[in-house]
Amino acid sequence: MLLVGNIERMEPLSIVVCIKQVPDSWAEKSLRPRDLRLDRDAADAVLNELDEYAVEEALRLQESRGGETTVTVLSMGPARTAETLRKALSMGAGAAIHLVDDGLEGTDAVGTSYALAQALATVPYDMVILGSESTDARMSVVPAMLAERLGVAQLTHARKVTLDGTTVTIERVTDDGYATVRAELPAVVSVVEKINEPRYPNFKGIMAAKKRPFTTLALAEIGAEAAQLGLAGAGTEVVEATKAPARSAGDISDDDGTGGARLAAFLVAKGFVS
Amino acid sequence: MSAVLVLIDHHDGVLSKGSLELLTKARELGEVSAVFCGAGIEVARPALAEYGAATVFVVEGDATDRHPVAPTVGVLAALVEAHAPAVVLVVATIEGREVAGRLAVRLGSGVITDAVGIDADLVCDQQVFGGSTLVRSRVKRGTPVIAVRPNSWPAAPSPSTPAEVTVQPAPAASDVLATVVERVREAAGDRPDLADATIVVSGGRGLGNAEGFGLVEALADRLGAAVGASRAVTDAGWYPHAAQVGQTGRTVSPSLYVAVGISGAIQHRAGMQTSKTIVVVNKDREAPLFELADFGIVGDAHTVIPALLAELDRLST
Ligand SMILES: Cc1cc2nc3c(=O)[nH]c(=O)nc-3n(C[C@H](O)[C@H](O)[C@H](O)COP(=O)(O)OP(=O)(O)OC[C@H]3O[C@@H](n4cnc5c(N)ncnc54)[C@H](O)[C@@H]3O)c2cc1C
Ligand SMILES: Nc1ncnc2c1ncn2[C@@H]1O[C@H](COP(=O)(O)O)[C@@H](O)[C@H]1O
Repeated sequence: MLLVGNIERMEPLSIVVCIKQVPDSWAEKSLRPRDLRLDRDAADAVLNELDEYAVEEALRLQESRGGETTVTVLSMGPARTAETLRKALSMGAGAAIHLVDDGLEGTDAVGTSYALAQALATVPYDMVILGSESTDARMSVVPAMLAERLGVAQLTHARKVTLDGTTVTIERVTDDGYATVRAELPAVVSVVEKINEPRYPNFKGIMAAKKRPFTTLALAEIGAEAAQLGLAGAGTEVVEATKAPARSAGDISDDDGTGGARLAAFLVAKGFVS
Repeated sequence: MSAVLVLIDHHDGVLSKGSLELLTKARELGEVSAVFCGAGIEVARPALAEYGAATVFVVEGDATDRHPVAPTVGVLAALVEAHAPAVVLVVATIEGREVAGRLAVRLGSGVITDAVGIDADLVCDQQVFGGSTLVRSRVKRGTPVIAVRPNSWPAAPSPSTPAEVTVQPAPAASDVLATVVERVREAAGDRPDLADATIVVSGGRGLGNAEGFGLVEALADRLGAAVGASRAVTDAGWYPHAAQVGQTGRTVSPSLYVAVGISGAIQHRAGMQTSKTIVVVNKDREAPLFELADFGIVGDAHTVIPALLAELDRLST
């Protein structure tokens, strides 16, 4: 949910949403034997689910703020990432920036935050919104890292965002509840799925998306040092990857009236009941 | 022997099980320097000594409580600079993960999240793609920062007499831009915390309503387990959001995970797939969660769970 107050002080905002293309979560994922990296070509690629919530939150913010508020989507990834940016444009984002360069292949989270921060130096922003986690990396660190790089407020894991003038208040999900956290813009915000219900692109949106500005940036254009990026620039390396042994088939049976008792026997036999 | 910096995760000084596990591992890797932020050091002292801390850095003031993540990163970065530890270990909670990530950027290091094992050469085990692939990886740049998943190995005491050193945090202006106005605990009662629990009993939409969900709570209490929930349940408000297990909730890997009336959507599986033993009760034999089950009953939760509770009562008398 997004609430906007204080109508008089509503300056237009520039909002940038960082989105990532990921393999479809239902597809079986595996590592390439060659370099132990995620085999991205093997699976269908989709917009990271949580990033749809990030785009939606930006659009709601834009709609309630009105006027000149802009929403730009930014993604770093190989050529086909353009499809994902188009999807966000068809949801309603006004412009897209695609950071694409052969030198980015194999970049880790530390490097991703560096490249995104460098790209953000080329666009004005008041608020950067991200998903709280990507379904492939599942690290949940890029938003915090980005706040560190940009030197702006970190308002991450938001299940609710409220904007009043230039003050942003979020409900940050914690391990035992939530914390209300407040900061002045500019800020980096990341969202969890409780925040809203993302819209589906409609036909009009899909047509309009084709005419929206679409900028492609290479590393040289954002002044990024190649040494911090790519596989060689990564701070970590995979030394070994093996397939886990498949789970052996379980003991599944219908409840014929003895289900509860048999389950009790199982728990006792396994030592789970004292 | 080089130092191993351990950021202590705790609630008002009560160390989480994840912290005890980290201290146990840290003793194998070097000399343990625990870093304690926030209130409750009086409560924490005995546990820090029992689990073998050589040094405890006690961070003064409330900057690390009032401002999420960044001031803690500042404290750790200064300690790394001053003491050149071999590695920094944190518990992979929501906050811990973010501390690890920001710290790696500040130090120019590499970071590993969700390690489930660490060997003497700091090579980490990780389970990726829902546990289907086991990866061994290591940090190759700077002081390694590693966020460890709780329940990855047992905690064992080894008493010490720690030296205590107070630390004055000196957060940069950019570390205090976000301020905590209020903290609200939603987790229920005296039940164990999800991350720490050896047994988790989770319920889904199949329980029907909040009263039906009470069956899950009753079973959890009988087994001394934590209560988990699917998103359908937290959305409906039958149980607090903090108990949500899954991609956007908590990731748990207990010894036993009991799922009642949960279908097993991929987003739910992402949070519980690596549990050691999985038990499923669902009235639909086609529910995808049965694919992961070690033991499953195809039946109505409203009859199976009461029968289970009655049988457990009978066995214990
Ligand atoms: C971005 C995103 C993030 C998400 N994150 C999460 C997450 O973190 N955690 C999560 O859990 N979900 C998450 N979801 C939601 C997920 O996709 C599912 O919708 C959700 O897990 C379904 O919950 P459920 O299994 O309780 O409900 P359902 O899928 O409706 O399943 C209910 C099950 O109960 C069974 N049942 C019905 N009656 C009975 C009975 N009397 N006795 C026994 N069994 C019965 C049914 O057969 C069915 O299998 C997320 C979704 C999105 C899009
Ligand atoms: N290559 C990328 N391009 C743009 N945004 C990204 C990229 N990688 C991660 N993000 C953002 O960071 C969030 C968290 O990702 P992660 O830390 O990988 O779990 C995602 O939901 C995205 O919003």
